[in-house]
Amino acid sequence: MNRTSASWVPWLLLLPALVLLVAFTHYPAVATLWHSVFSTARAGASSVFVGAENYRLLLDDPVFWQALRNNLLFALVTVPAAIVLSIVMALWVHRQVPGRALLRLAYFTPAILPMIAVANIWLFFYTPQYGLIAQVSQAFGWGDHNWLGQPGTALAALMIVTIWKEAGFFMIFYLAALQQISPTLAEAASLEGASRWQFFRRVQWPLLMPTTVFVVINAVINAFRLVDHVVVMTRGGPDNATQLLLYYVYQVAFSFWDTSYAAALTVVLLTLLAIVAFVKFRLLDSRTHYQ
Amino acid sequence: MTTSASPSSVSEGTTSSASSSASSPSSSSSSSSSSSSSAPVTTPASAAKARASLPAFHATGHAGRLDVAGAWLLGLLWLLPLLYAVWSAAHPSAYATRFALGAPLTLENFVHAWQAAPFGRYLVNTFVLVTVILAAQLVLATLAAYAFARFTFRGSEVAFMTVLLQLMVMPDVLIVENYRTIAWMGLRDTILGIALPYFASAFGIFLLRQAFKTVPRELDDAARVEGASAWQVLWRVYVPLARPIYVAYALVSISHHWNNFLWPLIVTNSVETRPLTVGLQVFAATDQGIDWSLITAATLMTAAPLFIAFLLFQRQFVQSFMRAGIR
Repeated sequence: MNRTSASWVPWLLLLPALVLLVAFTHYPAVATLWHSVFSTARAGASSVFVGAENYRLLLDDPVFWQALRNNLLFALVTVPAAIVLSIVMALWVHRQVPGRALLRLAYFTPAILPMIAVANIWLFFYTPQYGLIAQVSQAFGWGDHNWLGQPGTALAALMIVTIWKEAGFFMIFYLAALQQISPTLAEAASLEGASRWQFFRRVQWPLLMPTTVFVVINAVINAFRLVDHVVVMTRGGPDNATQLLLYYVYQVAFSFWDTSYAAALTVVLLTLLAIVAFVKFRLLDSRTHYQ
Repeated sequence: MTTSASPSSVSEGTTSSASSSASSPSSSSSSSSSSSSSAPVTTPASAAKARASLPAFHATGHAGRLDVAGAWLLGLLWLLPLLYAVWSAAHPSAYATRFALGAPLTLENFVHAWQAAPFGRYLVNTFVLVTVILAAQLVLATLAAYAFARFTFRGSEVAFMTVLLQLMVMPDVLIVENYRTIAWMGLRDTILGIALPYFASAFGIFLLRQAFKTVPRELDDAARVEGASAWQVLWRVYVPLARPIYVAYALVSISHHWNNFLWPLIVTNSVETRPLTVGLQVFAATDQGIDWSLITAATLMTAAPLFIAFLLFQRQFVQSFMRAGIR
């Protein structure tokens, strides 16, 4: 078949996928921008152009700022914590630990369970008075604490669930990468008398870098996308302490039915994801030892 | 941004790792320690030598006592929620929050939960949902990936970037506009309405494109000389050769959509369409006076099918995640 002359063939092959991609990714992204400068149509009042009004509301909305702050903090804590843990896990199960198969299973299990299901279990853990954590802390005489009910601890409690959920998943990628590293390197390093830490710092860590870039990007995207546990455990409360951007979008759009304000919020979310995308391409371009 | 600056560089790494790990499956899988004595290496000779010297940090080196303790402590911590769920679901609700060794075992919680909510219906819905999404994804991604991998045409770079953008902005983030679209199409509260935004998967297209690119041109040309059409070449040459990638992608897609929650929550509002995740949430939220035994039983029932599949195909699962990455 002539590959160059029948130029409509590839387009025909692409057509169904492209139509759907445009319909559910590109069009909604543009439509979000468009709707964010209009008012929400209400009973009796149709949608009118309001310019930057929604964004001005955004600037004056303390809940928005709290959600933004929470979400940034959420990403800033959960991403590094999950990655450090996942590397430690991968290093452990890469070696001949007794019961290694079971251990890998233990680490990976949270990744396969629905977040919505495990959030219910964690909800019990955090329950005051008779929850698991309360029972343990009472046994030690540390008293009781309403982890999800206090603004000071609620977000941290959610972060722990997220870290628990994601670390085992990322471990798989690190394990795959570790297995790619030639054992002759370890041999050479041990002949040189390098310590285990030196070997990790100088050999394994640099070689794991591409994996880390990949994992960081996915983890950051997830930090702005995953709200299942917020729905189950706190619904953004108490006092908006666990409000995250996507959950706020969900609330504004589907509880308050203010879709144009939700659109303005979504634009902020999209901007953050665009920044991630930009950083990603810059990082990948500057990577030297990328295979 | 060139195509090589795209996630391709990442997944080239992961796919190549997968292909080499597939050649020595015992090393990469979660096999027992006995089979893992065949070290995850290229040359057995160097592996044997390395094992002989056993440096403290060596890949196949035995872990120290401190490592074992730490690894298992973390492992138990990671299993704790699941262990608790099993405990609570398997005992009468009086023991749901009381951990007495002699507590009687019972399956009643599962029976009650099953009767209290239409979990059978939810299960069927989830099954249909996951199947519909996967089937559409496989067909659409195959066609698109073939176009990108084997045709040179004007605008292919732009088209590819159009696809890759979805890796960053998933339909999950655009819930408001997508809901509008689905409502406009009259697909609110239908399984198709939940599924449609996920039919075109950038990740699937990308993964298959990488796989198709590794198919030798000679095979393609030989088939053409034999008089096969482009269509036949795709189905007879490319698709069979990319089978491991298809399996990997299928597992990742199934687990993702089995567990997906927010979008189905928005689109559905009736028993007839709700998947398990939304059904579980409705069940847990409307229950007056939290009965943890019932909730954990329902939770286990929601997670069980996928979890059992995971236990059965553990090796493939883990390998496919290594190979395929997210979604």
